[in-house]
Amino acid sequence: MSAEPASQPAPAVEISGLSHRFGDHLAVDSLDLTVAPGECFGLLGPNGAGKTTTLRVLNTLYPPQSGTVRVFGLDVHTQAMAVRRMLGYVPQQLSIEGALSGRENVSWFARLFDVPRRERAERVAEVLEIVDLTDAADRLASTYSGGMVRRLELAQALVNRPALLVLDEPTVGLDPVARDSVWARVQDMQERYGMTVLLTTHYMEEADILCDRVALMHLGQLRALGSPAELKTELGPDASLEDVFRHFTGESLAAAEKGGLRDVRGTRRTAQRMG
Amino acid sequence: MSVAPVAPPSAWVESRPRAALRYFSRIGTFCLVELQKLRHDRTELVTRAIQPILWLVIFGQTFSRIRAIPTGNVPYLDYLAPGIIAQSALFVAIFYGIQIIWERDAGILTKLLVTPSPRSALVAGKAFAAGVRTISQAIVVIIVAALLGVNLTWNPLKILAVLVVVVLGAAFFSCLSMTIAGLVLRRDRLMGIGQAITMPLFFASSALYPIAIMPGWLKVLSHANPLTYEVSALRGLLIGQPTNYLLDFSVLIVAAIAGICAASALLSRLAR
Repeated sequence: MSAEPASQPAPAVEISGLSHRFGDHLAVDSLDLTVAPGECFGLLGPNGAGKTTTLRVLNTLYPPQSGTVRVFGLDVHTQAMAVRRMLGYVPQQLSIEGALSGRENVSWFARLFDVPRRERAERVAEVLEIVDLTDAADRLASTYSGGMVRRLELAQALVNRPALLVLDEPTVGLDPVARDSVWARVQDMQERYGMTVLLTTHYMEEADILCDRVALMHLGQLRALGSPAELKTELGPDASLEDVFRHFTGESLAAAEKGGLRDVRGTRRTAQRMG
Repeated sequence: MSVAPVAPPSAWVESRPRAALRYFSRIGTFCLVELQKLRHDRTELVTRAIQPILWLVIFGQTFSRIRAIPTGNVPYLDYLAPGIIAQSALFVAIFYGIQIIWERDAGILTKLLVTPSPRSALVAGKAFAAGVRTISQAIVVIIVAALLGVNLTWNPLKILAVLVVVVLGAAFFSCLSMTIAGLVLRRDRLMGIGQAITMPLFFASSALYPIAIMPGWLKVLSHANPLTYEVSALRGLLIGQPTNYLLDFSVLIVAAIAGICAASALLSRLAR
């Protein structure tokens, strides 16, 4: 583990020269990106932009093929275990075990993150409270609605008190009420713990509301970087983040179609299960 | 929304138990989760108990009357009961890889892989969780066999050893299943392969008949089949048939370790 940072804390995320290839397809192309501690940072882009691949390198699932990725100064490849201890991760799919209760789902991950036994029950109860699932905690998770499942996943990701919370398309397929509720939890958690949040989304409204800064990716490359306000101002007085997105990714839908079948199918399946 | 930038405070960096302790903690966690799932839904315990009961009641009792299989002084039903315990554990374990493919599709596997757990600890956890599930099978078969008049040991230490043998066997066969899952990556293919290999594994073992009456080529196969050693240890423990425990346990332990290594090496393929 790194020494106590003196005056200049290490960036929460430092990506330099990251490229990742699947066969002939270059999913991420020479990406450089820095996320400051405490920031809520959004990776935006259409399907196939390279957002999920970037997250998967960052969360130690894929070893970097070229370039380096550091989380709070730790290399994701050579110090993977230490990096994992600092991460909370919510994947795009609905990833809960329906045959267990909500509390058991969270407790499972508390054990996998070595939360000390004497603190475990209290910590599990605390995160269930944060996501407003205390009353439903002992029901089987298979009986939860899509929004409750997403909140349960946030509780699972939070139980180890991560320094960096990684959310991959956190509100895909959710109805507006459930979506607002997830946004409120993310903001609440960030304010409560001051953690860094890195999320991917292709909902511009979500990025506008939640993120301090966003990076717009397209075809594996970084196309724009800045706060939502800055990016909008650069484009014009009345520009929305949606306009910024269109400006950098091309107006046509052709860009969105670059997303692989698997990508689209995964999103649809999640949306269906949320419904 | 803006908050004061913070580096991870020391509270976020949990105390790190030593690697070996963590390894056993992961295995314990997966076994506990399996027990919790069983507590919530017991239907599988009932449905899975039907087949071994039919083997004992129909096949066992019929072949006892025919006296076609030479088992020395041991009644055929007594001889068969340990074989059926091993068989029912095999049937549970050989399809365990389906669960890992389901977890991959649901995104659970990805989340497990980003916890601070070595790949092999996750696989070993799953393997012993399969063992937990097979213990219930073994207990059902032991009770049914006792009701049918099979003369089994009731020595608690031997019964405990029986459960260890069943868990080791389940660990190997569930790892075989997870290894195949890592190779074929799809549920339907795994189902097909599982069904194709279950019966050959069962018939090429000493579960139903002694190795001595097998043709030469089948003898060779049965000696390479960990199920044979599982059955042999179970017969020794339950009905007192002579066996080489050192060999039986060694084969089962080495097979389980080899299975954990093979399935761990392929686990990342499932996360792609």
